[in-house]
Amino acid sequence: MSDVALRMEHVYKKFRKGETYNSLRDLLPALTGKMFRMQELSADDKREFWALQDISFEVKHGEALGIIGRNGAGKSTVLKILSRIMRPTKGRMIVNGRLSALIEVSAGFHPDLTGRENIFLNGTILGMTKREIESKLDQIIAFSGIEEFIDTPVKRYSSGMYARLGFSVAAHVDPEVLIVDEVLSVGDFVFQQRCMDRIRSVIKGGTTVLFVSHNLKAITEICHRAMLLEHGKVLAIGETDAVAREYLHRGTNIDDTSDQSRPAYISKVCIRDHAGEQSTFESGQTAWVDVEVTARKAIDRLAVVIWFRDETKYIIFHTSTERLGFAPFSLQPGHTYRCTFELCLNIAHGTFYLVTEIHRYDIQKGYDRRDPAATIFIGSTTAVGGAVNCFPRLIESETVNLSKQSCEV
Amino acid sequence: MIDELRELYSYRQLLYMITYRDIKIRYIQSIMGFLWAILMPIVIVMSGVVVRFAFAMVSHTPLKTADIASVAVKSVPWAFIVASIRFTCYSLTSNYGLVTKIYFPKEIFPMAAVLACLFDSLVACSALIIILLFMKVGLSVYLLWVPVLLATTVLFCLGIGMIVSASSLFFRDVKYIVEIFLTFGIFFTPVFYDMRMFGDRGKWLLLNPVAPLLDGLSTCIVHHASPDVHWFLYSLAFSLAAFLGGFLLFKHLEPAFAESI
Repeated sequence: MSDVALRMEHVYKKFRKGETYNSLRDLLPALTGKMFRMQELSADDKREFWALQDISFEVKHGEALGIIGRNGAGKSTVLKILSRIMRPTKGRMIVNGRLSALIEVSAGFHPDLTGRENIFLNGTILGMTKREIESKLDQIIAFSGIEEFIDTPVKRYSSGMYARLGFSVAAHVDPEVLIVDEVLSVGDFVFQQRCMDRIRSVIKGGTTVLFVSHNLKAITEICHRAMLLEHGKVLAIGETDAVAREYLHRGTNIDDTSDQSRPAYISKVCIRDHAGEQSTFESGQTAWVDVEVTARKAIDRLAVVIWFRDETKYIIFHTSTERLGFAPFSLQPGHTYRCTFELCLNIAHGTFYLVTEIHRYDIQKGYDRRDPAATIFIGSTTAVGGAVNCFPRLIESETVNLSKQSCEV
Repeated sequence: MIDELRELYSYRQLLYMITYRDIKIRYIQSIMGFLWAILMPIVIVMSGVVVRFAFAMVSHTPLKTADIASVAVKSVPWAFIVASIRFTCYSLTSNYGLVTKIYFPKEIFPMAAVLACLFDSLVACSALIIILLFMKVGLSVYLLWVPVLLATTVLFCLGIGMIVSASSLFFRDVKYIVEIFLTFGIFFTPVFYDMRMFGDRGKWLLLNPVAPLLDGLSTCIVHHASPDVHWFLYSLAFSLAAFLGGFLLFKHLEPAFAESI
């Protein structure tokens, strides 16, 4: 019992959809109306929905649990209930120890105050004492990397500086339980790496961490266990890799119920290495993409298009059978077309999505698309940012005193 | 209730920081700076003098310095009450990000709003002291009542502030209703006039819980006498009830703040 840091027992949370009465002027007539007509109550019930249903899990001291799930799955609601911002409609939860939430790291900032004042303000909001902040002030400022501007009002900061200062304060709170919600989306690559390192060292220091992110790679790296949420229910909880695979598997099956009216549909997509179907690749590795297209009706002049995109829908690579010099193909009802692309994954570290489409180029018509058909993580031993991996090597590095040179000239 | 007050106490540094923020941002961008704090009381005192002058004209009695001193003494706390209730009204909705994102006792917001207004009033008080010295209002033991009366006033504002801030979070038109009370409240409160002008019926005005406090301040500072203890106890009871009731109401509604704001 005592080794449990967090526990949720059969937690339910109900929300109201649509407009609620938010002025007395609307509420009073509605109340009197309700007194006479009881059927209005049932209309109200329809507008309610369960954001969380029967959520139970526990996290032991010193453990890191990742929470994954698509948008609207209820991840943030879980965190808000744990951090006591919201109260569950039903159920119980226990938190043992000082809890701190990195939910919106710069929420407490005031634009007119200077960086230094905001450190004190945000620090106290996150539960630090004034003395604690004073003792860590230099570390916080150094971590943020904005020493020069620390006495400037934060309204003059760039959005990156704003977020960095916010994270720096939050990262120096020493909680027993830390909740991290999608804070890694701020700042540049270098700062993100620094945040990850900080979270890693916090976990090493024995802090219990609850980590929510769409970045599956970060979750698989950091967390001991993971929980998959969908439509407010726990679908899977357990070892991180298994849960992540489950999530990806579900992601690819979404569009499986293809529309019957489509003349042709993508019946199979698979990305694999020499060993078989795979979702994790090393940067630079070779991969094969198998696509199968099945026709319901006779159909002419088709091509298979594949592309990779990132979370922001930015296409980092695309190709098609037609671009690669294959003539458009035709299909009879019930027939299947198969093709395999061989790719060299010169992609930088990150999560990317494979999209496939059946396309007819001459009339610019798409027949079926799977987006995403697969999600892949690219791991890299070279620390590079951006979308492609150019496999950099530092072959020369020296310091030159330019002023001396110019004197000689 | 005890646990909640203890939790509030453990967040006292946050209360201090939020108050500091509220004061600082109010002064940081105003040209008038600290003059801002005395502007409102000066306007009230001046309108009070005009009203008193009109009374004197009608009743053919000379306008005494004591009357003007009394108006001045009552104006500063009245300005404090109006300003603090007005600020508390917006204190939760203007801190949207913090209310929905981070956990801490949210009564800190209305409390910080009241404390920031108290700071303004202290600035105004220093100006008031100079005026009173100029009017040759002397000292007396009855001045010991002043901190008691002011503390009760602050307690009253905290209580009303918590009620007003929480209800304006749920109902957006509460702030208009509050504004009406703040604008016309001065007619129902003995700031410009004195209850004694109404004879026996003046007692009814004391039912307004602010009235015994303001009248008490004027009695002990200007008239060097003890305020009416019974009416003071009435105000004290009212303020305590407002504070405790407001606190309980606030704490009862607090879990629903994040999803209703």
